[in-house]
Amino acid sequence: MSKVIKLKKGLDINLCGKAESVVKGTVKSNLYAVKPTDFKALTPKLSVKVGDTVLAGDALFVDKLNPEVKFVSPVSGKVVEVARGERRKLLAVVVEADSKTEYKKFDVQGGTKEAIKATMLDAGVWPMVIQRPYGIIANANVEPKAIYVSAFDSAPLAPDYQVALKGKEADLNKGFEILSKLAGKPVNLGLKAGMESSIFASMKNVEINYFDGPHPVGNVGIQIAHTSPINKGEYVWTVNIQDVAIIGHLFNSGNYVAEKVVAVAGSGVATPAYYQVTAGVKMDALLASQSVADNYRVICGNVLTGTKVARDCYMCYYTNVVTVIPEGDHYEFMGWMMPGTKKFSASRLFGSFLCPKKEYDLDTNYNGEGRAFVVSGQYENVLPMDIYPVYLLKAALAGDIDQMEQLGIYEVIPEDMALCEFVCTSKIPVQEILDNGIALMMKETN
Amino acid sequence: MKCLREFLDKQKPHFCEGGKFAKLHSVLTGFESFLFVPNTVTSKGAHIRDAVDLKRTMITVVVALLPALLFGIYNVGYQHYLALGQDASFWCMVGFGLLKVLPMIIVSYIVGLGIEFTVAQIKGHEINEGFLVSGILIPMVMPVEAPLWMVAVSTAFAVIIGKEIFGGTGMNIWNPALVARAFFFFAYPSMITGDKVWVANSCGATDAISAATPLANQVSGDCGVTLCDSIIGLIPGAIGETSVVAILIGAVILLATGVASWRTMLSVFVGGFVMSLVIMGNVDDALLQLCLGGFAFGAVFMATDPVTSAQTNVGKYVYGLLVGVMAILIRLKNPGYPEGMMMAILLMNSFAPLIDWVVVQANINRRMKRAKVNA
Repeated sequence: MSKVIKLKKGLDINLCGKAESVVKGTVKSNLYAVKPTDFKALTPKLSVKVGDTVLAGDALFVDKLNPEVKFVSPVSGKVVEVARGERRKLLAVVVEADSKTEYKKFDVQGGTKEAIKATMLDAGVWPMVIQRPYGIIANANVEPKAIYVSAFDSAPLAPDYQVALKGKEADLNKGFEILSKLAGKPVNLGLKAGMESSIFASMKNVEINYFDGPHPVGNVGIQIAHTSPINKGEYVWTVNIQDVAIIGHLFNSGNYVAEKVVAVAGSGVATPAYYQVTAGVKMDALLASQSVADNYRVICGNVLTGTKVARDCYMCYYTNVVTVIPEGDHYEFMGWMMPGTKKFSASRLFGSFLCPKKEYDLDTNYNGEGRAFVVSGQYENVLPMDIYPVYLLKAALAGDIDQMEQLGIYEVIPEDMALCEFVCTSKIPVQEILDNGIALMMKETN
Repeated sequence: MKCLREFLDKQKPHFCEGGKFAKLHSVLTGFESFLFVPNTVTSKGAHIRDAVDLKRTMITVVVALLPALLFGIYNVGYQHYLALGQDASFWCMVGFGLLKVLPMIIVSYIVGLGIEFTVAQIKGHEINEGFLVSGILIPMVMPVEAPLWMVAVSTAFAVIIGKEIFGGTGMNIWNPALVARAFFFFAYPSMITGDKVWVANSCGATDAISAATPLANQVSGDCGVTLCDSIIGLIPGAIGETSVVAILIGAVILLATGVASWRTMLSVFVGGFVMSLVIMGNVDDALLQLCLGGFAFGAVFMATDPVTSAQTNVGKYVYGLLVGVMAILIRLKNPGYPEGMMMAILLMNSFAPLIDWVVVQANINRRMKRAKVNA
């Protein structure tokens, strides 16, 4: 067995409303959508118009700058809406699903790297490949140093992929085979210590590393930093493990079947559990049986990095968990002075630190007001990387691209530093600052 | 609480732009957020946030300061009656101490917060919590006989020049409370040195009571107190600095809650001890140095100020060690400044960014080297 990489820094946030480890059924909706806004730094170009009929796997829009990157329909049916926002920004392409999905057949014979790329681009699974630095859709024309996949998620209320991927071993194996051909070497697979007998441990074409510790240990970025950190000029690709199975299925069957299992969790849902859905499913269908009250927030993703969505909206592309938590739009009298046994804090300033195992029902209250950086050492305690986060953020705020490069901007994306934002006494918008820094890097260095 | 909330909501329109009290907008929001944690919800980034905020952090420091402050108040009365040679009850001493110390605290808060509120209103900022701590620290590092107007001027100088011109809490280079003391020290040297200011006189009396601090005595040879005296703290000195026991209670609160960095605190004591050992040559005298004057108080409450100390973990060790070393060096080798702690911390505040720069540069070099090896 490989050695276990133990991380000490980080923070586990124990929220109530964990998904029960069963797949409770399949959820279908009438309408499905693909949203260009789910993809970072994408300029979309429409390939269909309202009224067109599409098969599952037909392109709905493409990347204007790299037209070979296609975004395809998850279902067959009729395009019923092209939603646009301010300045005609393309928000979503909505497809009304047929009762029975018909799939476009793709040529999956190619054994060479180029043929695999061509198939993945054509079948619309290329956007599942994320490139570091920057956390954007991978550039198909560069050679990655490695491909990393994390088989576990350590975020609050994160899905357990052992539940989500049960019975999909064949697709997973195929997916790893395809990805290892792309990388030219085995895929780096990160497992949690204790997962030695899981389905993931017996995968072929992978090099397994075991990790142990608190969140963000499951983040692929942290796993990269502890095995082979990214240097200037290098590219590492990452793929979510559910997407590995979808890619595998494509190469096994020739069809793009965008089905995945998502966890529906949080204190706002009646029966937290796993549900099988097709990508782009309508949220109200998914939440129909959950009797979610009005003053709750629905988040595609986890509570640290996810996107707030309206209930009549569609599930985001990269979603593996849907979290529902109460909104915190209430005042609290002398809240900052109370003993705070129901409040969660990484500091030891509240009574709650005496019961570390307790589950919390946290809401979206800001718990304070924005301030300048005052407390030091807080971010370092939750970021298990050889990076000085405050200095990196200050370089990003100053727009100093040389400094950002020197301080490690290539190694992080906002999700890796989400905990810094959570613990911050001064409520600094860490992820936004980092995002802006990354956007500036992309603009200035390309 | 509901009626209070409704009252505040009713008043709000008057304080917004165009209202009759628009110029007091920041005062209202300051008081409002003091009374109620705002109902703001997260809009970007993480959807949930840690319960901690700057108010909670700062109030914890104030709580940690209370033992030293309460002891200081008692000691003011104790020293007074001791010097007069009169017997007095415990409450009598406390009462006298309160009479002397409370006005200083009130003056410091009124002047400091007044300036904070004004600046916040002019700049359109929210009122920062930083002065909650500075406002209580300033009287605690002053001699008890400091005239109130001098306390007021020093506080104003510290808040304006020490903090606001840099941009407020979080942006300042030097610890504001020490800037106040340094200003006092250089502007009114006769009121903070010598032997006439450390023991409070009766109100209206013209003759000052003479009692030198052990540090001042030390210049001429013997400091005149035992280790035990200095740990308990019934000796003349600045109001909050004399009792090591009370200060250590504060230290325990700060370290248990994680508000202050143990790295900084520990290394100040280590640096001070090593330097004393080098100069004095024996452990007993070295320990005494750590308990005399403002050393312990500075190490626990001032060197650990997160804004003005080093910010990197490695930097904190270096910064702390140097504060300790410099404090003892100044104290023992430069009789002109018997109280070296203030100078040492202000000096190292100035160098903290440089220490951090070296530490961060090492991280950068590591990254560059790694890139070169792989290239």
